[in-house]
Amino acid sequence: MSNYALPLIWRKFPERYNLLGNKCTNCGRSYFPSRKICPNCRRKGHLIEEVMPKEGKIISFTKVFSAPEGFEEEVPYFLAIIELINGVRLLAQIVDNEDHKVLIGAKVKMVFRKISEKDEESPIAYGYKFKIVE
Amino acid sequence: MSLKAKVGIVGYGVYIPPYRIKIEDIAKAWGKDGNDISKSLNVYEKAVADFDEDACTIAVEAAKNAVNDFNIDAQKIGALYVGSESHPYAVKPTASIVGDAINAGPDLMCADLQFACKAGTAGMQICYGLVKADLIEYGMAIGADTAQSRPNDALEFTAASGGAAFIIGKNEEEVIAEILDTYSYTTDTPDFWRRPKADYPSHAGRFTGEPAYFKHVISAAKKIMEKNNLHSKDFDYVVFHQPNGKFPLRAADILDFEKKKVEPGLLTPFIGNTYSGASIVGLAAVLDISKPENMILLVSYGSGAGSDAFILKVTDNIKNRYSKNKVKDMINSKVYIDYINYIKHRKKIKG
Amino acid sequence: MRSVSIIGAGITKFGEHWERSFRELVVEAGIKALQDAGIEGKQIQALYGGCMASGMFIGQEHIGALIADQLGLNPIPSTRVEAACASGGVALRNAYLAVASGAYDIVAVGGVEKMTEVSTTIATQALGGAGDEETELFFGATFPALYALMARRHMEEYGTTEDQLAMVSVKNHKNACLNPYAQFQKEISVEDVLNSGYVASPLKLLDCSPITDGAAALILCETNLARKICERPVEVVASAQASDSLALANRKSLTELRATKIAAREIYEKTGLKPKDISFAEVHDCFTIAEILAIEDLGFFEKGYGGKATEKGLTALNSEISINPSGGLKGKGHPVGATGVAQAVEAYLQLRGAAGKRQVKDASFGLTHNVGGSGATVVIHVFKAIEGKR
Repeated sequence: MSNYALPLIWRKFPERYNLLGNKCTNCGRSYFPSRKICPNCRRKGHLIEEVMPKEGKIISFTKVFSAPEGFEEEVPYFLAIIELINGVRLLAQIVDNEDHKVLIGAKVKMVFRKISEKDEESPIAYGYKFKIVE
Repeated sequence: MSLKAKVGIVGYGVYIPPYRIKIEDIAKAWGKDGNDISKSLNVYEKAVADFDEDACTIAVEAAKNAVNDFNIDAQKIGALYVGSESHPYAVKPTASIVGDAINAGPDLMCADLQFACKAGTAGMQICYGLVKADLIEYGMAIGADTAQSRPNDALEFTAASGGAAFIIGKNEEEVIAEILDTYSYTTDTPDFWRRPKADYPSHAGRFTGEPAYFKHVISAAKKIMEKNNLHSKDFDYVVFHQPNGKFPLRAADILDFEKKKVEPGLLTPFIGNTYSGASIVGLAAVLDISKPENMILLVSYGSGAGSDAFILKVTDNIKNRYSKNKVKDMINSKVYIDYINYIKHRKKIKG
Repeated sequence: MRSVSIIGAGITKFGEHWERSFRELVVEAGIKALQDAGIEGKQIQALYGGCMASGMFIGQEHIGALIADQLGLNPIPSTRVEAACASGGVALRNAYLAVASGAYDIVAVGGVEKMTEVSTTIATQALGGAGDEETELFFGATFPALYALMARRHMEEYGTTEDQLAMVSVKNHKNACLNPYAQFQKEISVEDVLNSGYVASPLKLLDCSPITDGAAALILCETNLARKICERPVEVVASAQASDSLALANRKSLTELRATKIAAREIYEKTGLKPKDISFAEVHDCFTIAEILAIEDLGFFEKGYGGKATEKGLTALNSEISINPSGGLKGKGHPVGATGVAQAVEAYLQLRGAAGKRQVKDASFGLTHNVGGSGATVVIHVFKAIEGKR
């Protein structure tokens, strides 16, 4: 991870702890992360806060062996594109898993985990990851 | 409301990480006989947190299960206490993170507690008092730990990860187990400690037994029963703090509780000692199978030292208010890892 | 809009330049381009330089002025262009627009990256900046991981195999052996790729383009003027650029780069050309899957057929369409900010018949395709050689 700036992490707590995004009441599209304008409706759009569902399925996945700074001790780890049950997609790590369970189409649900910490003296960034639901 | 309102548990949730290491695998790494150790401790495997889990994430998962399974409006939680001896920060509360993660804030009394393995039940007592005094509608008390242990120390065979969250309330339709009384027995007994900059706790070996665990647990149990004019035969279940699988059985024997009353809440043989989570995860396992009118005695123990005792009476509400994430299922849902993966998961590798 | 042509090109050897600095590389490419064009530095009216992450790689920003200074071109206006790995291609496009608009008659385009001054971890992090920091990098995503997610999906939907991915790399290494400027001068086998170890499954080390130092430069000139001063100008027939969401998860499809399709459509509409009219293409093969996506999205092959087309050898040098005759990013090397400019240098050499052993026979139209990030920026150019002074 490249940026440990505290305000940048703090500002994102509602998004990363609870999947808070938003929704355009004009076209009905949901957005995660939340957007400032609805790209679909533009000026006609009206965005309200919306908490995303916590369940979804894997659209694609990869097992990462070569990690960026801050994740070196975690390899190998799974990353996946997840489609939540409302159709919104996001990228997240998949935890607790044996290789044979991480598959396209596998059902997943959100868990609360530590995402990164720069070192033992730095603040810890928590947020969403997903686990396979059997 | 009157001070006579029934105050008790209105919801609970547990989290046990799925990774397990067998005691024999730890023993093998140090050239010891795992069979002997497992038998002498009555512990066969222990739950291991992943590298991205800590007392905070465990607390959040347990708290979410409690709120979701028992349909509690988190915004009505007026106090939240997290007890742990592995809080991720020395300064900065775990509880405020949990509060935001379950959306309980910002109208929230909040603090972290530390009293070795009884910090979770200490939180329950505070919540009980606040609800009883009508200062809050619900209080949430959590005990969660990713217990540390020095490689090749006796603790390594038992120190485990897990936690439980209890919501204390007074709504007659929601209370599933009324708290009839609580009592604590506390002395300065330094049987186990960790100084601020130490990675692992230290302990006083066999001193942790008679003058520490047994003295406090037995005293607290006896006194609360005497105070309420109850006897071991009046209880359907008893749950003790469980640093290993042997101590609680011996405590039950001393207090004249039958084995079948202690076994349902004795989980250390399968998940190890989850420290602040240990006695209350045991309580959750008992509530998972309780029937209305069941009487439960809970006695925690925290080194340093003290025991919190509770007398609980299960209500009719338990028929339609129950946990959807059973402790038994979490114990059975497991993935074994070897010792190398274990030390990697717990970040015990130092250059 | 006025027609614009390339009248000179320069490129350094791509590779690990332990003994040479960022400044030396960019000066070498620039001087070569000026010499090739046969013009004086003082004839250059403006400069556009593509560079992705010099701040992280060498701790230096303000690259536009730096390049002009080092080339002795002060006080001309000099602008750094950043669009991740498409920085070079977008610099070329901005220079092209500046000449086409009539603002200038002769401008220089540079592309440079010095990537070996830092550890692989820092380089990975610098490149990661092309993705979405808040929703990708923060969660441990790397560039190989993002392309791996696309590869896995392509394999799922179209039956593309890891062997076919490997064949892209094998072909590009083979072409690179014919290119003296290329980083790799060694052929590899499918087995070599398959045994090279996962970086982010299903992508292995040899599915990934390397970390490279290098620079490339072009001199652009208004075409009428170009015909007077250059024997064989190469006209920029069309330029198109498109953008998409930075975050891969926000894209509708993981098996295409929408920005490539949109920019390609614009190119074909503007020129009246069809994919089959293109003789060769330098496409953005930062990972093997990226070349497969590119040859599909550019219309050379049907969607889903990219892997099979590669397996059948349809993309090899002087086959149905020569894809990456230079060796591509995989074989030639990928100094990120230089890549887009280097692709145009290759097109220039090929169309002038100056590509040596890797010469594409009877090359008429050449296309370059430069991608930023996981597809958030795509810039495409088409070139052809024209008659110049006798």
